Amino acid sequence: MRKGPQYNTLITAYLIHHIRVLLSSLGHLTRQPLSTMMTMAVIAIALTLPSGLYLALNNISGLSAGWDSSTKISLFLHTSVDEKKAQTLLERLRLHNEIDHVSMISKDQGLEQFKQGSGFGSALQFLEDNPLPIVLVVQPIIDTKRPDHINQLLKELENDKLVELAQLDMQWVKRLYAMLEIAHRGIWAIGSLLGLAVLLIVGNTIRLDIQNRRSEIEVSKLIGASNAFIRRPFLYTGFWYGFTGGLLAWLLTTASLYLLAEPVEKLTLLYHSDFQLNGLSFGDTMNLIMISCSLGLLGSWLAVGRHLDEIEPS
Amino acid sequence: MIHFDNVSKRYPGGFEALNQVSFRLPRGKMGYLTGHSGAGKSTLLKLIALIERPSRGQIILDGINLNHISNRQVPYVRRNIGIIFQNHHLLYDRPVFDNVAMPLVIQGYRHREIQSRVRAALDQVGLLKKEKSDPITLSGGEQQRVGIARAIVHKPSLLLADEPTGNLDPELSLEIMELFARFNQVGTSVLIASHDLDLIQHMGAQTLSLKDGRIVNDEISPNEIITGAA
Repeated sequence: MRKGPQYNTLITAYLIHHIRVLLSSLGHLTRQPLSTMMTMAVIAIALTLPSGLYLALNNISGLSAGWDSSTKISLFLHTSVDEKKAQTLLERLRLHNEIDHVSMISKDQGLEQFKQGSGFGSALQFLEDNPLPIVLVVQPIIDTKRPDHINQLLKELENDKLVELAQLDMQWVKRLYAMLEIAHRGIWAIGSLLGLAVLLIVGNTIRLDIQNRRSEIEVSKLIGASNAFIRRPFLYTGFWYGFTGGLLAWLLTTASLYLLAEPVEKLTLLYHSDFQLNGLSFGDTMNLIMISCSLGLLGSWLAVGRHLDEIEPS
Repeated sequence: MIHFDNVSKRYPGGFEALNQVSFRLPRGKMGYLTGHSGAGKSTLLKLIALIERPSRGQIILDGINLNHISNRQVPYVRRNIGIIFQNHHLLYDRPVFDNVAMPLVIQGYRHREIQSRVRAALDQVGLLKKEKSDPITLSGGEQQRVGIARAIVHKPSLLLADEPTGNLDPELSLEIMELFARFNQVGTSVLIASHDLDLIQHMGAQTLSLKDGRIVNDEISPNEIITGAA
């Protein structure tokens, strides 16, 4: 096998060349620190806006998930149903795969709560027997992707023989989902627009770079550089713009979050909520950087494709 | 090495730069291309280097018909040619060494090999001590020699030079021409375009004269080049 090692050295040489171009394009950028930093800052700001909005929506969704857990279905059983039957129903419902958990309010507990809550305490003492039904409180598992499933569950529970009435404030949940959906789409729209802006910024910067290095490109073509060879440093420059822009965007988002953390904490304390402000997760951060790298690469690729062919030695 | 067969070149706009030019430069030979400015010397060299394409006729370079070379293949043909320009075409943002190393970097040579080859090329043109200098600090003659070093560093089989002595005084011009003659002696084919007839006669190599895009058989016949085939 004489081919093996030769092939290997070829790949190694190719890799070494790529790493060298990667580093030299970074070096090229550091030689004009001011303009490089300004471009990177613009990219970072353009990316910070959608990622900040994404973060805000994420936190609001987290907050509403807390509200979701207060979405409960109250099952008022027929008054004739005794505790034993109610208990078997409860056990059965606990096994339902769309139900998180079920608790029972017995007739006595219901009366007790009513006494305390209604202010009719003393008047109720004169009742001979307890008119209240047994109530099962069902907490459904919330699937944000299909808000309709709660409705289906509600119908299913209503059809149970023991149940007289099943109650849920669906309107509220529906409105929340609708609002979140709008916010979600809004962020996509803003994100896409700003992504396009990043593409144009990188494209324009690379275009200027190509024009500034016109003589270098001409000479390279004259001494036999392939188009791929000439394209490479510009593509890597675009990659660096995207990468550092993404990194800066992450930094800006995280910094803004820290600025907001204290007032948000004060606010949640006022609401007696255990709400926690969440930052960008590791996955989110990776996505952000990957998206910005791809935008940088794509922007430079478009610019290079358009302008490199125009430069021919003459 | 070079074979022109009835080659014509008409530029967009109608100007006919070359008109049915045929000649042959055998491998390892040295030839001069003369004529007044505008006679078609530069166009002829550009056709060989695939900077321009002929309107009619065929050019065979080292056994390859250049009409069959696609734009993607052009760089690989050029890697076999060393081109020297009147205005040097050096890059002033990097030192002499990096300028000379460019063809080797493009062709993916190893770092160590680049070092030794660039030094060898600079040594041949007598500029070994200037490898770290910026080209802008060099004299015209020195810059031209850097350009020559860059053209020969990857050991091409053909050297093309377009008015390499255009901006130099006679003494320096002779030096440069003798440099080309030395490369020719080690086997490189050389084609030099120059309007400096005195210098060419002094060098005494085979000459092809162009006038208004046509070959003219004046004092030195182009047949000498053709019959020079080995």
